[in-house]
Amino acid sequence: MLTFIVRRVLWMFVLLIVISFITFIIFTTLPSADPVLLRAGRRASPELIASLTKTLGLDKPWYEQYWIYLRNLLFHFDFGYSYQNNISVRAQIFDRIPATAGLALGGMVIWLMAGIPIGIVAAVKRGTWMDKAAMGLALVAISAPVYWLGLVMLYLFSKDIGVIPIFEGQGSYPTSGSLFTNPIGVGKSLLLPWIVLAASFAAIYARFLRANLTEVLTEDYVRTARAKGVRERTVIFRHGVRAAITPLVTILGLDLGILLGGAILTETVFNIPGIGRLAFDSIQKSDLPTVEGTVIIAAFFIIFLNLIVDIIYAFLDPRVRY
Amino acid sequence: MADATPLLDVRDLTVTFDTDDGAVQAVDRVSYTIDRGTALGIVGESGSGKSVSSLTVMGLTRFAGNARISGQVLFEGRDLLTAGDDELRALRGGEIAMIFQDPMSSLHPFYSIGNQLIEAVRVHRDVSKSQARDRAVEMLGLVGIPDPRKRIDDYPHEFSGGMRQRVMIAMGLINDPKLLIADEPTTALDVTVPAQILELLERLQREFNTAIVLITHDLGVVAEVTDEIAVMYAGRIVERGGKDAIFAAPQHPYTWGLLQSIPRLDLPRGDALTPIPGRPPSLIHRPAGCSFHPRCAFARDVCVAAVPELDDAGQQSGHAAACTLPRPARDQIWAALRDGATPQAALAATTVPVPGTLLESAPAAAAEAAS
Repeated sequence: MLTFIVRRVLWMFVLLIVISFITFIIFTTLPSADPVLLRAGRRASPELIASLTKTLGLDKPWYEQYWIYLRNLLFHFDFGYSYQNNISVRAQIFDRIPATAGLALGGMVIWLMAGIPIGIVAAVKRGTWMDKAAMGLALVAISAPVYWLGLVMLYLFSKDIGVIPIFEGQGSYPTSGSLFTNPIGVGKSLLLPWIVLAASFAAIYARFLRANLTEVLTEDYVRTARAKGVRERTVIFRHGVRAAITPLVTILGLDLGILLGGAILTETVFNIPGIGRLAFDSIQKSDLPTVEGTVIIAAFFIIFLNLIVDIIYAFLDPRVRY
Repeated sequence: MADATPLLDVRDLTVTFDTDDGAVQAVDRVSYTIDRGTALGIVGESGSGKSVSSLTVMGLTRFAGNARISGQVLFEGRDLLTAGDDELRALRGGEIAMIFQDPMSSLHPFYSIGNQLIEAVRVHRDVSKSQARDRAVEMLGLVGIPDPRKRIDDYPHEFSGGMRQRVMIAMGLINDPKLLIADEPTTALDVTVPAQILELLERLQREFNTAIVLITHDLGVVAEVTDEIAVMYAGRIVERGGKDAIFAAPQHPYTWGLLQSIPRLDLPRGDALTPIPGRPPSLIHRPAGCSFHPRCAFARDVCVAAVPELDDAGQQSGHAAACTLPRPARDQIWAALRDGATPQAALAATTVPVPGTLLESAPAAAAEAAS
């Protein structure tokens, strides 16, 4: 088990370096706006441009630039400085993580709380109106794009019904501190984004669990449990759901990893200053260090959560051993 | 036979599944009884309704949702078909236990066998976990699992197929059931293992005085364990009787076919086995009259006209077959068949008048060609 983890962690570093390299190449070799010109403003003098090029390190060949970047990253955990904002990318990202994490984790709680019971009920009451209603609703939720659903929700709940505070002005969205000091306020303002983010995930999880559980309930070991005289509720949960929900852990790990790297659409619709927004803005401004940083962080979350899932799996399924 | 009421009395059990293709009559007016401590073998090929009839006894076909069930299943005089779900659940795994064909998939892969055995005990008895665990260890020892105290915490995938079936048997007998239904308990096992499992079942049956219903497609298996045999074909019992009577003087052409398709050590090795021609019928569009007639070399027009009922014409009481051939003719035909005669020759040689005229059907020719 330990050698497995060590091996996977080493692999994680290799992967992250490869990913950083690919992102770097894309930005330096493919045509994009010159960050120096963006930075220097209109009617910049050639001296200013030359000195900016030098300060940003863009006068060096690309491989040297990459080497300096990689060295700083590996030995100092330094992502460099943003071309645009003049602060360190690390500080920028760490500043944004709480908002994204709060959005992703809260959304996850909601979609699990909705998706799992709905999936179980639909599987157990298969073919009844409850199943049909749940799966019909799921289809709608999967089909509705986040930006559309988000706008509809905003319109309904903030304007018409007006029960949820939205756009209260700058700084109304919580950062890490207020998550603990002001949980109710945070919860209120994040409720809509959570629901919008969770809708399609809840639907996918419900459908997945329904399909899995339907199959598991025809397994021989479920028949054995019934033949033992186990109560039907116990048969469904202890014998059925326990087996059917395990593959869901894999998907959950991936989804959460992707979302921690930034839920761009939801963050944009609800104006949440998360990593997704940061990535989106810096791509528009050709802010390479920030883009690199967000890509590496996003990749890290995905790879790391995959590792966690694999470790958890060994505890969930006794047949899995590393 | 000490008690007047049999342990299990199945009367006219009929099970029909409604499917998209039509109504599948899996079990058709099946009746049998089993007394305390005795063993009944139900023999038939795949799709003959033998598993469905016993799953229905356990109330397990209720979960299928599309089953229509009629008749009576009296367990100690109580009708299980009209019993409530909770009442039935209390019996399942307690007084009536069942073990299944495939031990590889019948144990839950995520729980240790100890966990699953303890659950079986605690569903029915109000005992502590450690008491239940002691009972589980005891049972594992009884079914021949070496070092049960250590192996109880292992998971199913750490056991071989034969060992898993022993675990299943331990689970079935852990609450001292009065009736154990074993559905093809040896079919999925490696060739060397079935004999051990059957021996184990036989020994445990004696020790626990449990009645056993053994469901199998293999007459050799029932010969080992059971006292009584019921032969099922296409959802109906076509012959039933004592084991010795059935092996010595089988009455139904289907049973003859089954017996002739078993390899025998007392015959010369060159002799080819005689297969039963044709395939089992569809249970949706069942042949008119006797369901076996399309495959029967002795089928006559009277066989198509009506469904033959089980007669009690046997010399030994309780030996009955559902066939239109007169009983003396059956004895003569079987004697001839056993000596290697073709069905046609055997039929021609009978001295007893046989009702009806022979059908010009394919199976007779097929049987001719095969022999």
